[in-house]
Amino acid sequence: MRSHLATLRSQVELSLAGRMASPFGYRDRKSVETVLTGIPEIDALAGGFPRGALTEIYGPPCSGRTTVLLSALASRTAQAEVCALIDARDSFDPRSAEAAGVELQQLLWVRCRGLEQSLRAADLLIQRGGFGFVALDLSDIAPETVRQVPLNAWFRFRRAVEDTATVLLLLEQESNAKTCASLVLQMKRKPANWSVTAASTANGGGSGISPHALECLPHTCLLDGSNLEAEMRHLRIQSINFPQACNGPVSIAAGRSGHDGDKAQSFASQSIWSLSARHAFGSPGSQT
Amino acid sequence: MFFAAIHIPDFIVQAVVRGEIALRGRAVAIVDGTPPLWSVVAVNRKAARIGIGLGMAKSQAAQFTPVKIRHRSPAQEKAAHEALLDLGWSISPRVEDAAPDTVVADLAGLGALFGSEEKVAHDLAEHGSILGLRARVAVATNIEVAILAARGLPGVMLIAPGEEAKRLSALPVHTLRPSPEILETLARWGVETCGALAALPVIHLSARLGQEGVRLHTLARGAAVRSLVPAKSSIYFHEEMELDDAVEELESLSFLLGRLLDQLCERLTARSLSARAIRLEFDLERSFEKDLQCSAHPGRQKLISRKFEKTFTLPVPVRDSKLLLKLVRLRLQSDPPPAAIIKMALSAEPDRPRTTQRGLFLPASPEPEKLELTMARLVNLVGNTNVGSPQLMDTHRPDAIRMERFRLAQEAAGSHRKKPFGAAAKNISASSKFYSSLSPSSVAKPANGFRFFRPGVPARVELRGGFPERVSFQGLRGEVVAASGPWCTSGDWWQDPWDQAEWDVEVHFSAASQKTKWDSSPGAWCGLYLIYYDARQQGWFLRGTYD
Repeated sequence: MRSHLATLRSQVELSLAGRMASPFGYRDRKSVETVLTGIPEIDALAGGFPRGALTEIYGPPCSGRTTVLLSALASRTAQAEVCALIDARDSFDPRSAEAAGVELQQLLWVRCRGLEQSLRAADLLIQRGGFGFVALDLSDIAPETVRQVPLNAWFRFRRAVEDTATVLLLLEQESNAKTCASLVLQMKRKPANWSVTAASTANGGGSGISPHALECLPHTCLLDGSNLEAEMRHLRIQSINFPQACNGPVSIAAGRSGHDGDKAQSFASQSIWSLSARHAFGSPGSQT
Repeated sequence: MFFAAIHIPDFIVQAVVRGEIALRGRAVAIVDGTPPLWSVVAVNRKAARIGIGLGMAKSQAAQFTPVKIRHRSPAQEKAAHEALLDLGWSISPRVEDAAPDTVVADLAGLGALFGSEEKVAHDLAEHGSILGLRARVAVATNIEVAILAARGLPGVMLIAPGEEAKRLSALPVHTLRPSPEILETLARWGVETCGALAALPVIHLSARLGQEGVRLHTLARGAAVRSLVPAKSSIYFHEEMELDDAVEELESLSFLLGRLLDQLCERLTARSLSARAIRLEFDLERSFEKDLQCSAHPGRQKLISRKFEKTFTLPVPVRDSKLLLKLVRLRLQSDPPPAAIIKMALSAEPDRPRTTQRGLFLPASPEPEKLELTMARLVNLVGNTNVGSPQLMDTHRPDAIRMERFRLAQEAAGSHRKKPFGAAAKNISASSKFYSSLSPSSVAKPANGFRFFRPGVPARVELRGGFPERVSFQGLRGEVVAASGPWCTSGDWWQDPWDQAEWDVEVHFSAASQKTKWDSSPGAWCGLYLIYYDARQQGWFLRGTYD
């Protein structure tokens, strides 16, 4: 039986000679080139995102997945790479992306309406090649739906980007790509940072300010960013250019979003009207 | 100085056969006239051999079973003539438009580029066949001799200086294209060849046939001398096809489109040009039912259009007919013509081909042609407005963005990137140094990500003293532990106004809270949301979440 198998194997190898180096060889590469994520803590943790491999980032909402995505996009577009974002639920915010440093002209944004469209769009973009960074954002798709994607879909994606310079990033709520991913990062929620004025502090303000305490002090509190925690769940590769510097989970402090630029300006000057477009808002009362 | 005359025998037939490759090598008769009085106006050699003659009625011609009968197409003849001119311009800038089926190219000074005159003649015949035209080429030092030789002698002919009269002597006298009366007279005299005409005394010929007789005599001797009249160089690339039966299926249509695109691209290649844009024009079949439906609604009168026009602008000049066909097909799939097609026309806006090479040390980027194809497929998948590059609009209106066509930076700017490889390498080097020291405090924080809910999710917000105290949405209810606001914006009061007040809220959800489709994490948790009160809709909504 074994001799038959060996003969068959040699025949297959012979027929594929010149087209495929080792059809039965294990193709998992150990050392790959990685790129900066834009977040030093994650780069120190994982050595960056690997090229020609699938990277998976998962975590619950508000855990910082989008922060990592925007940082990576900013980092890649700054290096003049062409990036693509497949947005499964049309939830990408260009304003905060631009504030994060993403060069929007170098970003191809595909606004999908569900999982199936997203997977087909990802297939098209990955198979054509040439993109430096492709992100498939399934963060807003229900985990039970993403769970139904067959494993061979992720395997196909992984094989499609192999031997290319593409960084393929997958964002989800749960880990689904399993062993198809060369790097798996888990993001965890942490409390947000709030800035408060001296007046509000005197009234007992701070993180977890009582709304009642702020009754007469609007704009005494400002969202100052959030704290994130990233933990590496799985790493099958070794970076050849940015070595891994730490092992444990890392904490990341994220700054204000692009949405908060005007608010920060208003807050700093303690003025409600920093812009002529803004006007006084009457208390609407309890509304549905 | 040599001139090359290019002649297309059976031009009317070849113009039709050029658009229908299946007719090549078959007996073809072209009919024209007012229906039902169609008569044969042109036949190719095979059709003539089986007995079909000019002037024969269509019904008579149809009796000959192997013959294929087609209607005369002025549009295809015009396109074939343009292709013939392109063939001339492919080798020489000085081309004379001698007749619809004949052009003359000046070969002076082309030896260094294309080789000997004989080689040029063979190349012209070969290029002609690529353009779908079976051409006869004759090269001579005399323009008229070259034209006559091309009309009368098959294949490729090189006439050396001094041999003109000898080579022309065997040509039939109708090659000189005399008037029918003179041709009849010459036939009565028994003059059938140019040699016989040249042998007649010119004085007597002048006395009997006038100046026309002298002109024919000079032509027959190969002694007519004149200068080349260069045609104005045209960059008009247009191909048309009229269909006998209306086509509705995209598969059949793409087959015909492919043929037209092939012809168009061959012509562009002959002129060393590429297409920057492709314009598509369909004449649509009149549909009695649809017209009736439309006429029943007075407001929809304008919808009755018999034309379907599309222009496809390409990011880079392209002359690959297969690629163009794929693009056109994908666009037609997403926006099909509303009725069956009876006539189609394609025209190309020419441009110089892309010749620049990307820098060796620049990051890889998709091939522009492949990217265009991928974009067309994506548009087909998700819709035209959902693919592109986002651009922010100069307004405070939330989510004011527009999608622009995604273009590679080097294509858009026509030059290299803002940050060359050197800058990238410098950044990497700096980052490496950073990792060795690991001093995160010296680095700016990453910006907090934001996820937009499109459209806004309706929410119920309970206020206390003007501040949000509890938020519930999509079956999830939580306590506000921190809030920042109200951040009021309004604008565009003159059109589509908005008036909103935003709050950044940190909401604590207890473990007992019902899970939403966005979240499946167990236990109590906090979420950062941006909620807003819309004064116009009188309601609260979730704009998005900080993630």
